[in-house]
Amino acid sequence: MPATITPFDDALKSCGLYPLRADGIATLQMNLGKKCNQACNHCHVEAGPNRTEMMGEAVMDRCIALLESERIPVLDITGGAPELHPCYRAFVERARATGATVMTRCNLTILREPGMDDLPAFWKAHNVAIVVSLPYFRREETDAVRGKGVFEKSVEALKRLNEIGYGVEGSGLSLNLVYNPAGAFLPAPQEAIEGQFRAELKKNHGISFNHLFALTNMPIARFKDHLIRKNTHEGYLQRLAGAFNPGAAENVMCRSMISVGWDGFLFDCDFNQMLNLRVNHGAPFHINDWNRHALAGRQIVTGPHCYGCTAGQGSSCGGKTS
Amino acid sequence: METYYNPADLGKFGDMGKDAPELWNAFMQWYGKVFAEGELTAREKSLIALAVAHAVQCPYCIDAYTKDCLEKGSNTGQMTEAIHVAAAIRGGASMVHGVQMRNAAEKLSF
Repeated sequence: MPATITPFDDALKSCGLYPLRADGIATLQMNLGKKCNQACNHCHVEAGPNRTEMMGEAVMDRCIALLESERIPVLDITGGAPELHPCYRAFVERARATGATVMTRCNLTILREPGMDDLPAFWKAHNVAIVVSLPYFRREETDAVRGKGVFEKSVEALKRLNEIGYGVEGSGLSLNLVYNPAGAFLPAPQEAIEGQFRAELKKNHGISFNHLFALTNMPIARFKDHLIRKNTHEGYLQRLAGAFNPGAAENVMCRSMISVGWDGFLFDCDFNQMLNLRVNHGAPFHINDWNRHALAGRQIVTGPHCYGCTAGQGSSCGGKTS
Repeated sequence: METYYNPADLGKFGDMGKDAPELWNAFMQWYGKVFAEGELTAREKSLIALAVAHAVQCPYCIDAYTKDCLEKGSNTGQMTEAIHVAAAIRGGASMVHGVQMRNAAEKLSF
């Protein structure tokens, strides 16, 4: 950590937000495991085809019970590629039956894997909202982040989703894109880059979508290794800290969600999960010890990586926060 | 090796306000307005700035506006085309001054 960067908690103190506390639980985010058909350069999960961590059925049962008893309105399913979990479809069906809105994060190329052909129809049948990764509207940037050939496969998958109604106006089937920079710089302003994506994808590929979420690359795990290799780690941290935005900090996603790891441990966000920074400050840190009151107002566990969510327009699983 | 251009000096840009704060503040206020969204988008203005940075060959500006263009959502294809525009105007400016050469040569010749 370079000496020139202000500790994150001091930045919070400077705008009266310390200690940062949750303000309810509107979203339950579940990381079903670290197995993925891709191994992207920026992946904070360090997911890949050889990872074996996978959520057990007991944890999944507990999450369904909580969706019912706590009336948490939104379930956000992520991974890895969550579709590779053997109980994925059954779990989605049970989650929808609780009445929760279910969104699933998809890398698009998973639709080319064996046994995944009918996933779009399955999602449509259960009105699951799809959030897909597409780092940029050009092949060069997308393949640089996610691997050679990924852009072409992603375009094909997006066309398939459009064909059955996802991302098509009036269908009620939600298809949102996630864009993240192809390197060590902040994402473009969300509305402006959404307009570029919309125009370019429509013009070049006939693809439509609902919204685009702009995400900042988090300087942890695989992306941190990349920054260190390129000797840009310190400069990137300074860029993030220098762009600290109190307005973005006020609305960080950890204040309204909780993240469940594959092994049932609880985290303030998926990034803390990958850093193994469990929920703390007196709140229970495993799903078996769930306590709504203690968790809903818990103090958030912070670190220098939190500048990734508070820089510029802010960044969250739902895009900008200010 | 010591050089006249040090990347760390870009961070000292604000030092230019030390002995002439009013002028500096006026400059920065004007500078900010220049690059705000207007008839041109902030992204388009950043591409122009990148092209001009190459025309005036300012390494600080090239560094700053490369990053700014990327953070405005431009890609390297668009940025490279912008630099070609700068290069074409520089080259064209040299070429069109050839008319001066031809005028001068004509005056001196039979």
